Amino acid sequence: MRGSAALAKSSTDPRIAAGVIALAAIGILIGGAFAGLGIEAVRNPQGAAAAFDSYLFRIARFTLWQALLSTLLSVVPAIFVARSLSRHPAFPGRSLILRLFAVPLALPAIVAALGILSLYGRAGYFAEPLAALTGGTWPGIYGLSGILVAHVFFNLPLATRLILEALQTVPTDQWRLASQLGMGARSSFRLIEWPAIQAALPGIAGLVFMLCITSFTIVLTLGGGPAATTLEVAIYQALRFDFDPARAVALTLLQIALTAIVVLVLMRLGANTTGDANLPVAQRSYIRAKAGERTLNVAAILIALAFVGGPMLATVASGLEADLGRLAGEASVQRATLTSIVLATLSATLAAMLALSLVMARRALAGSRVAGDKTLLERFTDTGAGFVLVVPPIVIGAGWFVLVRQSVDVFALAPIMVVTVNAVMAMPFAVRAVRPAYDTASERHERLCAQLGISGWNRLRLIDWPVLKRPLATAFAFAMALSLGDLGVIALFGSDAVQTLPYLLLARMGSYRTDDAAGLALMLGLLCLALTMLADRLGRETSK
Amino acid sequence: MLRTPGASNSLSTPMKEAPMRTILLSLTSALALAAAVFPASAEGKLTVYTYESFTSEWGPGPQVKKAFEADCACTVDFVSVADGVALLNRVKLEGAATKADIVLGLDTNLTAEAKATGLFVPHAAGADVKVPGDWKDDTFVPYDYGYFAVVYDTEKLKNPPKSLKELVEGNPEEKIAIQDPRTSTPGLGLLLWVKSVYGDKAPEAWAKLKDRVLTVTPGWSEAYGLFTKGEAPMVLSYTTSPAYHMVAENTERYQAASFEEGHYLQIEVAGITTTGAKNPLAEKFMAFMTSPGFQDAVPETNWMLPAGKTDKPLNPAFDKLVKPAKTLIFSADEVAANRKAWVDEWLGVMSK
Repeated sequence: MRGSAALAKSSTDPRIAAGVIALAAIGILIGGAFAGLGIEAVRNPQGAAAAFDSYLFRIARFTLWQALLSTLLSVVPAIFVARSLSRHPAFPGRSLILRLFAVPLALPAIVAALGILSLYGRAGYFAEPLAALTGGTWPGIYGLSGILVAHVFFNLPLATRLILEALQTVPTDQWRLASQLGMGARSSFRLIEWPAIQAALPGIAGLVFMLCITSFTIVLTLGGGPAATTLEVAIYQALRFDFDPARAVALTLLQIALTAIVVLVLMRLGANTTGDANLPVAQRSYIRAKAGERTLNVAAILIALAFVGGPMLATVASGLEADLGRLAGEASVQRATLTSIVLATLSATLAAMLALSLVMARRALAGSRVAGDKTLLERFTDTGAGFVLVVPPIVIGAGWFVLVRQSVDVFALAPIMVVTVNAVMAMPFAVRAVRPAYDTASERHERLCAQLGISGWNRLRLIDWPVLKRPLATAFAFAMALSLGDLGVIALFGSDAVQTLPYLLLARMGSYRTDDAAGLALMLGLLCLALTMLADRLGRETSK
Repeated sequence: MLRTPGASNSLSTPMKEAPMRTILLSLTSALALAAAVFPASAEGKLTVYTYESFTSEWGPGPQVKKAFEADCACTVDFVSVADGVALLNRVKLEGAATKADIVLGLDTNLTAEAKATGLFVPHAAGADVKVPGDWKDDTFVPYDYGYFAVVYDTEKLKNPPKSLKELVEGNPEEKIAIQDPRTSTPGLGLLLWVKSVYGDKAPEAWAKLKDRVLTVTPGWSEAYGLFTKGEAPMVLSYTTSPAYHMVAENTERYQAASFEEGHYLQIEVAGITTTGAKNPLAEKFMAFMTSPGFQDAVPETNWMLPAGKTDKPLNPAFDKLVKPAKTLIFSADEVAANRKAWVDEWLGVMSK
């Protein structure tokens, strides 16, 4: 299907149109913010140059270093955990583990930090054994180690689920073949699993890297002092405390540039696999792990579960000390829960739509490409759009505030800002979840659709939808978890209209009510779990 | 058809304008109807910009609104942003078009910058206000104040430091959680505190204190959370913090350490904007702010000390709090002029 006919068709392919619309929407959101700050920055441009001092280079170096280490420590173990989970589809509690793995994303950073410290802190459960082990008092994990532990806590589960999503695109026929050929664990990893992982890995690693490079509360709280700080902190300071848009814009651009370099390197490490164009005929999984391998797999799953579940259990334990009955009965808590559910559902829906549009457009563009380099449009639908993650939400919020403050009632805009910014920030996660399945399905169905002349809405409904339901549910769950967390977009807008659960949690923490805050963290985690289960169920039920 | 005389002269084809007029007319009557249905908004509205913890359900906002609305026959509309700094940024960005009549919740470290915007007008209120150091200003009126203090856990720390010097030079194994002066008001407070005691020797003091610092958090909440979690036996907070634990949790476990050199003062103030100068309710609110109707709410909702007279005596817990022998404070202009240099100096020492 490579050729002029395909090229001619591509110009009218509605999938590309959808992608262009999605890109335009994202472009407007980010561009508008930069325009708003740009107008202010032009009035007082000195700040931009003043930002580049020796301290800045120190923190830029630390930012990169911690993000690289965090990515490595999150993604490499995730490969083994995901593979273990993929080889044991009947592992007891497997689906619960996968759902739990979405929860860290929904927790405000300080809740996660306190959960981690309840285990590894100076007063944590492990402080005494660790002190006995090291001799002397346990100093806690403040410093780079604390930052890394927290980042792995957030990102190992994320990477595991996304890698698993990629592994699930391996056709069952390949497993049958492997089984017939008597392939062992090692050769089936090398020949079957690794190619699927390798195709998805750069994208996943890039995503984790972006999350770590923009880390803020974790780095400050667990970092131990201003030597461990990130560019994001400097951007926050420039906007919130000094209101110096020129410096904020300059630092944001630096952050994007640094990320771009790393992501480009990651892309080179990746590979474009051709995929399997045959329709799968085998119905069930043919994986038979031997006893030795099984032990290792179970160990990998249990260690990951203990690592991720430990701080969560600690959060639950301190949450149970709160007066949950009273909290649940409070009108403000009920209102905030409802607000959170509505906003997160809207953002997640929008995020899934954006992601699907981009994934479809990328695939259509890649399919119609005659030869040679990717076009700019294809690059943007691929990795480019993911860069929204390194634009700090506070930059988007402040930029739009500056832009619209004179013409629009900023209060009415606050909920819209929350929904759109959360959706755009969640979009890259959704893309990673949906893309492997869509690309695989497209590889199988593209010619069939061309022959039968199925396109547009009919194709989405009849051909793509059945295979996309499950990954879309994963995408939706992640997007919702992320949107449940508070991003601080509307610091300047005024938050009276959008009092969500994390907002309420941080507010209670800020007024001595730490028990209430712990209780709300538990409720937030449970809400996230419930929403994730719901998303999973929707994905499964309709796939029959 | 209704037409105003002025309009008829300027319009060559008045009939073309008719539909537009009908729309305008019906809009006007709809507005009039709305005004009749919601009488409060017709009698006057006062817009107060403030920070979030002021308007939260356990903050002073709800009580203050009720008390003021009871005898002003008006509506108080609170608009709350994240904190004092966001408050100033928001007003700066809105400029003269701001909807705020009153901005409530700046502290004395921000007043110089706020004044420089030219968006605030002098007031007539505040005669009945009494804050330490006799802080007075023609534009901003204090409504409460507090002293920064090192709060410690009596179960973990038997010999709390008795001076800033003892804090700086004490056992580095006994940690303190502090806040970042770049992102937090108490963080800036400690920086100014050390500066006011050590002057040019502040960098040396920080270099020693650094070993005692467990971590530097972005805001007060994170540091206080680490403290109550037991991670650090000390935290930088306020002299009034123990009052919360005594009143709400009935425990004397957490106490503030009294420092010989004195304690650094934070005063929270409000001012009338150029928009508010046109609203008679603004002056009325400022007078109300320093009266018992407002001040009674301050101690046990904002956990600060009232700047004006209260009707009822303060909870006895407040009598047990540390009363600093000496008040330390830089003028607003000094802070505005030196903040950046001092923060850079701090950063230079702390990031080594």
